[in-house]
Amino acid sequence: MFIRRRLLLMLPTAFGVTLVTFFMIHLIPGDPAVTMLGIRATPKSVALLRRAWGLNKPLPEQYWLFLTRIVRGNFGTSLFDGASATGLILRASLVTLELIAYAVVLSVVIAVPLAVLAATHRDRAADQAVRAIPLIGMAMPSAWIAIMLILLLGLKAHAFPVAGLKPGFVGHLDSLFLPSLTLSLGIAPLLIRSLRSSLIDAFDAEYVTTARSKGIREYRVLIRHAIRNSLASSLNILGLQVAFLISGTLVVETVFALPGVGALMVNSIYRRDFPVVQGITFLLALAVILTNLGTDIIHSFLDPRVRFE
Amino acid sequence: MGAASSLPIPLTSDDLQRGRGARRISPNLVAGSIILFVIIGLVIAAPLVTSYSPTALNATQALLGPSLHHLLGTDELGRDEWSRLLYGGRVDLEIAFLAVLASFVVGTAVGCLAGYFGGWVDVIAMRVVDVILAFPFFVLVIALVFILGPGTKSIYIAIIATDWVSYTWIIRREIIAMKRHEFILAAAALGYRHIRIMIRHLIPNCITQAIVYSMSDVVFTILTIVTLGFLGLGVPPPAPEWGSMMSDGQQFITTHWELATFPGIAVVIAGIGLSLFGDGIADLLRVE
Amino acid sequence: MTDLLLSVRNLRVELSTRREIVRPVENVSFDLRKGQTLGIVGESGCGKSMMLRTILGLLPRGGRITGGEILFQGTDLLKLSNQQLRDVRGRLIGMIFQEPMTALNPVMQVGEQIAEGPVAHLGYTKKAGRRRAVELMQQVGIPDAARRFSAYPNELSGGMRQRVMIAIALACEPQLILCDEPTTALDVTIQDQILKLLVQLQESTEISMIFVSHDLAVVSQICQSVAVMYAAEIVEIGSVASVLADPSHPYTLGLLRSVPDFDNVKAVLESIPGIPPSLVEPPEGCRFRARCEFAQEDCASGDFPLLFSDGERASSCIHSNSCREAAQADPIIGSRVR
Repeated sequence: MFIRRRLLLMLPTAFGVTLVTFFMIHLIPGDPAVTMLGIRATPKSVALLRRAWGLNKPLPEQYWLFLTRIVRGNFGTSLFDGASATGLILRASLVTLELIAYAVVLSVVIAVPLAVLAATHRDRAADQAVRAIPLIGMAMPSAWIAIMLILLLGLKAHAFPVAGLKPGFVGHLDSLFLPSLTLSLGIAPLLIRSLRSSLIDAFDAEYVTTARSKGIREYRVLIRHAIRNSLASSLNILGLQVAFLISGTLVVETVFALPGVGALMVNSIYRRDFPVVQGITFLLALAVILTNLGTDIIHSFLDPRVRFE
Repeated sequence: MGAASSLPIPLTSDDLQRGRGARRISPNLVAGSIILFVIIGLVIAAPLVTSYSPTALNATQALLGPSLHHLLGTDELGRDEWSRLLYGGRVDLEIAFLAVLASFVVGTAVGCLAGYFGGWVDVIAMRVVDVILAFPFFVLVIALVFILGPGTKSIYIAIIATDWVSYTWIIRREIIAMKRHEFILAAAALGYRHIRIMIRHLIPNCITQAIVYSMSDVVFTILTIVTLGFLGLGVPPPAPEWGSMMSDGQQFITTHWELATFPGIAVVIAGIGLSLFGDGIADLLRVE
Repeated sequence: MTDLLLSVRNLRVELSTRREIVRPVENVSFDLRKGQTLGIVGESGCGKSMMLRTILGLLPRGGRITGGEILFQGTDLLKLSNQQLRDVRGRLIGMIFQEPMTALNPVMQVGEQIAEGPVAHLGYTKKAGRRRAVELMQQVGIPDAARRFSAYPNELSGGMRQRVMIAIALACEPQLILCDEPTTALDVTIQDQILKLLVQLQESTEISMIFVSHDLAVVSQICQSVAVMYAAEIVEIGSVASVLADPSHPYTLGLLRSVPDFDNVKAVLESIPGIPPSLVEPPEGCRFRARCEFAQEDCASGDFPLLFSDGERASSCIHSNSCREAAQADPIIGSRVR
């Protein structure tokens, strides 16, 4: 039914992603093998790499080899330390997943009350103040937000650690707080804006008048009618923000020295560790596709109208 | 519909309610224009505003705090921060505007073709768009910059290759809606060639949304360039650039926090100016 | 007068938008007895829907009541606190809206929406509420009610949705139901069914109704008395029979003349020349003057309140005699039984 249809629609995109990821090697100007090996390039090592990567073979055959490899989850070995790229990435994912989950929670905690405040006090002082937030917030680079938070909450106030990952559950909560806050402040402005907008639309809707005509309490009107209708589209927006969050981890993990996928990507780029970069690019795209799928599915549960498209 | 969802933020209901009557010059437009004018003016007139060179090394003058001689102090190599800020602005703003312009043109062209001709052209174009949208934006940009090697050219290519899809999406949607309107059928009935119809009739009507979007796109692109610079993958040194300035300043955060802070503030102010300007343009172009 | 349920006196409503101030309700007064159904007829934009919503205080943003009183069972609704008004809504006065697709919450089951009132007002549990909802759905003629409880509005046809709206309005057994053009958005055949349902309600209970519509024919089917509204004012009021057979306001006359009659096909379809006046800056004097064939100099200035000829019958026209004569001369109107 609905889910099956969405899965099918996903396939061509996933296929295209593998194509793009594959062609990344061939976009390298000059001889890919030489560039990848960098200073380690000797005629012998270059020839070895070319053989290992099948760079001598015709393109379609190369692609097939590539595809069969990654379907089995093999992204090659790191040029830096010879470890399995897949292993490195998977281990790093745990931290990043925690970070993203934490950030989602924080951004909801920040955005929802502000949006509700603005929508229920439309055009009054509170609303004007809240509307300024997206204007300013969406112009802030996450690197800068990170620096500011480190400066104000970490160094001046000594409230939270500014680097590294402390062990243990509480240690994680503590050391991941500033990075997650940085990420959430990156997407909160957008969430505030769209949630406020969809709440206002809901308030203006006919069915809210109907609800009020039944004489039920205002907070019930707010929750059971206005928010419930905004929920579907808000969750949709939140789902899309996950892609932004993933992008954000590159900077945030680097600044806060966290051993996550983002930092791994950046470090691998510094170290010219091509297989790892390729692997991460592919897996992150896959993550986005799956998240979109998940969001669509949840949306269809929340909004029965969607099921009948 | 996966692709559809990751795109431009639709106009809010406030936007729809605000614009009544004829085209208005809104406070947004005025405020935004002023801010932009000041920033761009300062940046272009940099040589006139500051007498220091942004790249001249002067080890004896390193790490001075803000003073009358050096408005924002100097960095660890003795270079004047204020002039670095202005010259850096040139770099960031120029790349952002040009990259967005190129994406706009490419994206609009593809979107127009896809929307107008439909069929296979549309299907292929949309598949490509979907694939590109599947990658988190910055991840794709940074991967491309990595592959293509360091340098300003790579930054341009990486951004344009990733950014054009938004415009394709907007224009295509508008064209599909417009196609059914009678004046297009009339033009076709008059035997006008496709190109003529597209350029003279369709595009002028569909371009408004894209123009409004491009303003926030410039803000977004500035953020991207700055972040690349921050990670050391942006415009190569010794050219000043807000992102690399923030990164350099990071080491001195406890003693000279202004080195890392002010470039960021510059980004924010530029962003606010552009957003207000974009809102103002939206108000202006909205036909009630 | 002890069975007087609702008494509206000199009601004035103002709507401010960003650009201007509109006055959709100007000095409106009427009475409603228990068990009576009053129709309010007028063209789009005359203020009738706004007036209905004012009774329950459901004005849109920017709306204000600037004068008058609404006495429901002796209590002035305009003086009630929000809390007290909420107790009236749904419980004592119910409302049916025009467009059920937008008036029903699209993401909530219809049965839940019906049960919401009893749960909030009468202390029903969820289960009891569900039972009551199914009972009501059967009462309004929704087949397979138990299963349809969990349907969503978009799964139902227009007629079904309107029946759900009616069930919602009846849920707490109110004494008065306000109907805001409930049949306008429906096909003619469905319209007929809904009207029959409402008539059935009238006959089986002592419920009072105010029925707003632009369609005289519909109003004449279901109402005992009718008020004609033009440009935010009530211009004529009386029993349906007497208003239809003996109109004493030129606007009513114009309306009656413009109704196509299959039994007496006319050569030319008549309409009232001109357009209604602006409610932002209404004209001096009688508001219908510009379109009126009986207008004279004394219509150009002054106020024109309703003048009662006997207890129930009233018109705001000072030249109603000329109007009535013209009405009698009309072959169709003149031949009606008063």
